[in-house]
Amino acid sequence: MIFHAMLFLPCLFLLIFNYLPIAGIVMAFQDFHPGLGFLGSKWVGMENFHTLCLLPDTWPAIRNTLIIAVGKIIGNLVIPVAFALMLNEVRRKSFKRTVQTITYLPYFLSWVVLSGILINFLSPGSTADACGLFNTILMKTGLIKEPVYFLGTKSTFRGTMIVSDIWKNFGFNTIVYLAALTGVDPGLYEAAAVDGAGRLRQTFHITLPGIAPFIALMTILSIGNVLSAGFDQIFNLYSPAVYETGDIIDTLVYRLGLINQQYSLSAAVGVFKSAVSMILIVSGYKLADKYAGYRVF
Amino acid sequence: MISNSKSRKVFQVINTVVIIAVTASCLIPLLNVLAISLSNSQAIVANEVGIWPKMFTADAYSYVMKSTKFWTSAAVSLKRVVIGVPLSILLTLLAAYPLSKPELAFPARKYYVAYLLVVMVFNGGLIPTYYVISQLNMIDTIWALTLPCAVNIFNIILVMNFFRNIPAELEESAMLDGASQWTVLTRIYLPLSKPSVATITLFCLVNHWNSWFDGLIYSNYTYNYPLQSYLQTIVTSTRDALFEGDVKAIMDMMNLNTTNIKSAQIFISMLPLLVIYPFLQKYFTAGLTLGSVKG
Repeated sequence: MIFHAMLFLPCLFLLIFNYLPIAGIVMAFQDFHPGLGFLGSKWVGMENFHTLCLLPDTWPAIRNTLIIAVGKIIGNLVIPVAFALMLNEVRRKSFKRTVQTITYLPYFLSWVVLSGILINFLSPGSTADACGLFNTILMKTGLIKEPVYFLGTKSTFRGTMIVSDIWKNFGFNTIVYLAALTGVDPGLYEAAAVDGAGRLRQTFHITLPGIAPFIALMTILSIGNVLSAGFDQIFNLYSPAVYETGDIIDTLVYRLGLINQQYSLSAAVGVFKSAVSMILIVSGYKLADKYAGYRVF
Repeated sequence: MISNSKSRKVFQVINTVVIIAVTASCLIPLLNVLAISLSNSQAIVANEVGIWPKMFTADAYSYVMKSTKFWTSAAVSLKRVVIGVPLSILLTLLAAYPLSKPELAFPARKYYVAYLLVVMVFNGGLIPTYYVISQLNMIDTIWALTLPCAVNIFNIILVMNFFRNIPAELEESAMLDGASQWTVLTRIYLPLSKPSVATITLFCLVNHWNSWFDGLIYSNYTYNYPLQSYLQTIVTSTRDALFEGDVKAIMDMMNLNTTNIKSAQIFISMLPLLVIYPFLQKYFTAGLTLGSVKG
């Protein structure tokens, strides 16, 4: 009995703040007006979804979401693994620790703070404003002649989102992989060295296979993020000039719902995203359980 | 078995150089914002500021210190941390303890797990959630910022896994002495779980401090904004919308412009995190390994 009593409060919170909104999804199938409520609003079935398919913003948003999210998933996998392998070759402990301390820091800063920093850092300059440090460095080293407006150009926006996201997170992810690296049996390295394998071969034939199950697990668990391209980041860094390549599902939901007050349409986009994500997350967990013995609860 | 061949040495040098370059890429933007916040506006406009302040001045900081808007929002942030973090920890412990028990001791466990799993994989989305909060009359109150995020399933899993590793004998012997489940939780499990409680405390702390979107959409009045929401409006605003008329004239007289004032606010908002950073480093990694032990 006492167990039920303990769980009562947490479950009540979930009921109010998670289950009620799930029930509120009904509005995606209505012509919902806040004044009329759920009971008073007209039922329209799939009409909102039909409207969405005709909306010019929908397909670019889905495309951009997929491109940015997949780019981030791959980058957030490859870069930290590579960096962990590189750090693993460093002997001096103090150097290793300093590097980790510095690269880990951006992970804890909010996208609001990092956006403030990046807007400045990447600024191409204008009549009233100085050129950002990044463009200054690129021009001084002769890599570019004219400053590039990374955040305001359609062709560079998505890449900037992917790279800056990796930049924020790789320090944290590296620590995760470094922890996995310590689990590789040192005896294997000794045996390989006796057999004449160099460091490079050891890396490819012992280290990587050693952490492969872990890498696979992290990949499977990140599949659920395919429709989450990073609202916090993009919302703070995009502008109407780059909507064509930078608008994602979550920012579209925000603009449709809270700016244009199209509650039903916005909720319909949200339902689409939640449903697809759910399928991906559940399949991810199933795969992880089957192949890695990973269980959530 | 350390080989000291020539190619190995070349590799070590290149490896170290690349690592230093990557590390510098993390540090330079942060040093840049700090340098700008401490530089004279003329030096900023002339594009002379790199990672070291030029024509040093702390005027931007004294300007921010006097800004009521900044401090009002900082107070809201503090309030949400003081209310939100303890509440979140309490709810996490209340859920994690029963769920850490085996099915034999708690047959209904599987139903609760299912109840939590649904929330993990599915959500109502932005608009239905917003509608619920507004129907509960929580807009413009601190409750909109503290209650909806109070139960975090990942924190529950983390603490639950930690509880599971506590030997069952401790509980059994306490029960023989007549202790209730409540006593077992507060007198035995809690004192033994300091690392995991420290971890979720820091998780909650960072989450609350960094959250900005809830403050933005659940407040009609800007004086209800927490610090990050206030910063968000500054960071994304076009430059002179912030300062007009008399303020603009005063700013020109001092060594200020929007860039160094923005930078000073960004830096001050980072300070609390920098102060607790050593703990974050210690416990966030510890939390990862705690969470990865699966029963």
